[in-house]
Amino acid sequence: MKVNNFGYLVKEGFRGIFSHGLPSFAAVCVTVACLLIVGSFSVLMYNVGIMVEELNKTNEILVYIDAELPDADARSVGTQINRIENVQNSVFVSREEALEAFVAEHQGDSAFSGVEATDLRHRYVVTLMDNTKMAETVVDIEEISGVANISAAYELAEGFSTIQSVVRIASIAVIVALLFVSLLIISNTVKMAMSDRKDEIGIMKMVGATNGFISFPYLVEGFVLGIFSAAVAFGLQWLLYDLLVARLAAVDTLQLFSFVPFTRLLTPMIITFTAAGLFVGIVGSLNSVRKFMDV
Amino acid sequence: MIEFSNVTKAYTNKDREVHALCGVDLVIEDGEFAFLVGHSGSGKSTIIKLITGELKPTEGSVHVNGYSLDRIRKREIPFLRRTIGVVYQDFRLIKNMTVYENVAFAMRVIGAREEEIAERVPYVLSLVGLEGKSDSKPDEISGGEQQRVAVARALVNNPSMIIADEPTGNLDQDLAVDIMSLLEEINNLGTTILVVTHAKDLVERFKKRVIVLDKGLVVSDGMEG
Ligand SMILES: Nc1ncnc2c1ncn2[C@@H]1O[C@H](COP(=O)(O)OP(=O)(O)OP(=O)(O)O)[C@@H](O)[C@H]1O
Ligand SMILES: [Mg+2]
Repeated sequence: MKVNNFGYLVKEGFRGIFSHGLPSFAAVCVTVACLLIVGSFSVLMYNVGIMVEELNKTNEILVYIDAELPDADARSVGTQINRIENVQNSVFVSREEALEAFVAEHQGDSAFSGVEATDLRHRYVVTLMDNTKMAETVVDIEEISGVANISAAYELAEGFSTIQSVVRIASIAVIVALLFVSLLIISNTVKMAMSDRKDEIGIMKMVGATNGFISFPYLVEGFVLGIFSAAVAFGLQWLLYDLLVARLAAVDTLQLFSFVPFTRLLTPMIITFTAAGLFVGIVGSLNSVRKFMDV
Repeated sequence: MIEFSNVTKAYTNKDREVHALCGVDLVIEDGEFAFLVGHSGSGKSTIIKLITGELKPTEGSVHVNGYSLDRIRKREIPFLRRTIGVVYQDFRLIKNMTVYENVAFAMRVIGAREEEIAERVPYVLSLVGLEGKSDSKPDEISGGEQQRVAVARALVNNPSMIIADEPTGNLDQDLAVDIMSLLEEINNLGTTILVVTHAKDLVERFKKRVIVLDKGLVVSDGMEG
């Protein structure tokens, strides 16, 4: 393809978009909608990941020390706990401190008024690096002499990773399905544009235009539709996200949810939308062009 | 040059086979003018499609302007077609383009420069006698004029041969003679011409080589008269 034809071919591509105003508009709308949903699931997936990570940090293991063990020995158990691979850190809580916390928590509750420090045990509050390996780590800690028993919330840890994988699988399924839908829509628009100019294409083939030359305007058409849809979807996504975060912040006084600001997602979102737009635009039009290129 | 050696062509639709050509041998030298005649269904259009690479022979070999059509690669076909100008019975002009644009289009889509186009198109239009109709749309001119536009378009990329499948089928007697005379003039400039026609009177009138096809076989080949 010579450089002096490039302008002509690009112009032909744009002509295609405007001479099929309505189908092009419809294709952009559907693609924007699909990309928006895809984008929403991506940011949801991302935020759930961050939230689960945060929640996991607070998912601690309590390691109770044998009540018979002398205080000095109890404090040395900590060094052994810290030596275990998956342990991020461990904090010693003496029975006196534990009582203080207990009393503070159950203030005015007469049922617990008789509790003494000696009724409680020294303990370590252990946080792990990887909560999915909680069970193995607990076994390791149990083997340390002086450890009486351990209280760990396996279910919670598992629950978090289950939520995360459910969200991830659902998101990926939705993303793949909708990309496919956008692909079909753009592919169909380009196919319509091509069958409208079937005669022209026939003449081009007859006089010896190459397949590359014939298809280029339609690739431009798909490319522009894809990129334009991506840009619109990106803008809408930003608006919607900020709106949602603001609404959530107003309702969620307990701060159960923490969404990162959209500006922190800018680069990955631009890359995602551009890639998705390019993908559906180019692959969509290639798919139609291919069928027209025989003979 | 066109050379068919023992060419057969069978169309297969579902499980039915139609033998359109059953062993055709044929040579058309550069600079010749030949008519291809025969009853409907005798295989004339099939021969044209084999020449332009729209079809591949089932058996035998087809050589056109240095290309072997029986084993041509797909991406070479456009370049073969640039050596052949094709004219059809139904003209096949683009309705929303002017006469000038229809002809220029054929140059543009094979990557010609705008300066070349601006120079060549008026020349070719004058060759077919359509200087004054550059800015008309196809439906604003007569059938004979439309076919001249198609001939101009076939000529514009300077092919070494022009192939016409029933070019006068939609035209009345006088216009048919005009178009045939135009092709004769083009032939006199050195372009090979192959014309498929049903019109016996034209064939008799122009006294050229006549190739007669019947049921997929060449049954007669020689000068008229
Ligand atoms: N695409 C096709 N599929 C199946 N059979 C075909 C196909 N094209 C042509 N044929 C058959 O091949 C034979 C030759 O057809 P062809 O078009 O070459 O005839 P023709 O000489 O051009 O006829 P006409 O004068 O009517 O144009 C006919 O029997 C026709 O029915
Ligand atoms: Mg025919």
